[in-house]
Amino acid sequence: MTTIDRGVRGRDRVAKAVLYAILSVGLLVVVGPFVWMALSSLKPEGEIRSVPPTWLPETWTLDNFRDLFSRLDFPLYFFNSAFVALAVTAGNLLFCSLVGYALAKLHYPGKRVLFLAVLGMLMVPGMVTFVPQFVLVSNMGLTNSYAGLILPFLVGPFGVFLMRQFLQSIPDDLIEAARVDGAGEMRIFWRVVLPLCRPALATLGILTFLASWNNFLWPLVVASTEDKYTLPVALALYSIGQNRTDFGLLLAGAVVVVLPVLIVFVLLQRHFMRGIATTGLK
Amino acid sequence: MTSAPVAAAPARSVGTTPDRPAGSIRRRQRLRRALTGWAFSAPYTVLFLVFMAVPVVVSLVMSFTDLRSTDLRNPFAVNFVGLDNYTRLFSDDLFLRSSVNTLVFVVIGVPLTIVLALAAASALNSSLLRFRALFRVGFYLPVVTSIVAIAVVWRFLLDPEVGLVNNLLRVVGIDGPSWLFDTKLALPSLIVMAAWRNFGFLMVVFLAGLQAVPADLYEAATLDGANRWQQFRNVTLPMLRPTLLFGGVVTGIGYLQFFEEPFVMTQGGPLSSTLSVSYHIYNQFGFGNYGYAAAGSYVLFVAIVALSVIQFRFLGERK
Repeated sequence: MTTIDRGVRGRDRVAKAVLYAILSVGLLVVVGPFVWMALSSLKPEGEIRSVPPTWLPETWTLDNFRDLFSRLDFPLYFFNSAFVALAVTAGNLLFCSLVGYALAKLHYPGKRVLFLAVLGMLMVPGMVTFVPQFVLVSNMGLTNSYAGLILPFLVGPFGVFLMRQFLQSIPDDLIEAARVDGAGEMRIFWRVVLPLCRPALATLGILTFLASWNNFLWPLVVASTEDKYTLPVALALYSIGQNRTDFGLLLAGAVVVVLPVLIVFVLLQRHFMRGIATTGLK
Repeated sequence: MTSAPVAAAPARSVGTTPDRPAGSIRRRQRLRRALTGWAFSAPYTVLFLVFMAVPVVVSLVMSFTDLRSTDLRNPFAVNFVGLDNYTRLFSDDLFLRSSVNTLVFVVIGVPLTIVLALAAASALNSSLLRFRALFRVGFYLPVVTSIVAIAVVWRFLLDPEVGLVNNLLRVVGIDGPSWLFDTKLALPSLIVMAAWRNFGFLMVVFLAGLQAVPADLYEAATLDGANRWQQFRNVTLPMLRPTLLFGGVVTGIGYLQFFEEPFVMTQGGPLSSTLSVSYHIYNQFGFGNYGYAAAGSYVLFVAIVALSVIQFRFLGERK
């Protein structure tokens, strides 16, 4: 080994140490609050407020969660969130893949206008459609109903964009071959196109589910009685209402909101990353 | 929905019969193709029109009326008031205040988020690094979690008495400020929180961009004697320009609409120092001033388009 080689190696080792140090501090700052949240939710209220704070709970307790599930109606909020998110996801997967296929592979008048309208919608802030949507939903008599929570989110511009991008990469020959074999358009879509779309559908499904699970403003105004609250709405209203200083309860609520997402994310993270790469760069 | 393809099936066999004139066959095929296309697009298009496209137009019309929540049962009481809502907006102290707050949020928040994301992406792109997936997942975590949950946690972290931040400061002998209750510090606190929450998304986007930079460019730069910083400035940044533009536009659009953070953490206070435009519009909607709220939302829309155009000018392709 020459001296030059050794010099480069030494420099690499320093660079590596600096790199790991910076990234580890960053990781602590980003993930730390979540760990702190989880640990604190397992402490009794008195210990949460102790100065100096304890890291690990001195007394482990599930009281905060017990309160959440008995005194407050968190199981119902959990069901509401899950039900709405599943319905919204199913709608997006179906409608966006249908129209995405048409935009990518079929030729018909008006297609360009439709795609431009959808793309333009990506720039429109939620607040612009918010008031008319609310007027519409309340005129349909759907405020404080599941339908009112679900309908406005059944379709969105993002899903179409994603599906069209992906479908364009599917070779025309495959579809043409099925057509020559005499398959109808619907059959081609279900049997040939959709199975090939599985990665894109997975990405769209996860992103839609998450967006719906975390959605806040719309359920806040549409759900007017507690029995239609979703988790974020319940948590937000408790945290600015009479429970605003009840940190143990609020942190336990935050854990209930975050935990399912966390599990889904860690298990399926490659779909997230792929989704971002395909939408971000093309 | 399924009827179009089924009905179209016999047309195919007719089309292959030799004694038909070619023009009519082509016309039929074109019609069939159009019907199929629209059959596939119809369900989405109907919902899209009803819940998105039409509301965008209705919102604009509303913004020129004095529509209030009490008028919903009696549409004839609504009057067109021209540009009144817009002129009122620009003499509304709270709207002006919220505009300044939103602008500060964007002008500081977007560059801060981009710099953090770029730094993290560059570090993760280093060939020296192992456990890349671990760091990536960790940094991305806040992006997927509910903003309401995050706001609850941060309110607790920043609590002047029992919060972790001030407790840590106390250890090194500093008497921490009361972050969210201080008119000077509340907005900066929210900006830092937003950057903390969102940089992970841009990091993943930038990382994909970095990996697309051809390695031989760096080899050539090394041969020319460029050090790491020079390589970053003269190879990485120019190659990353479209990705940076995308990141800036997307983050800008998001930050211009910030709402949940002040809603849960400060209720716009103290003394409206964290009131955002979206929050102000939401409040006006809550008071029943629908026409006025719609006008506010269109001003926000115009701001979003303007910001995107400016960024395209600044960062877009240069000839």
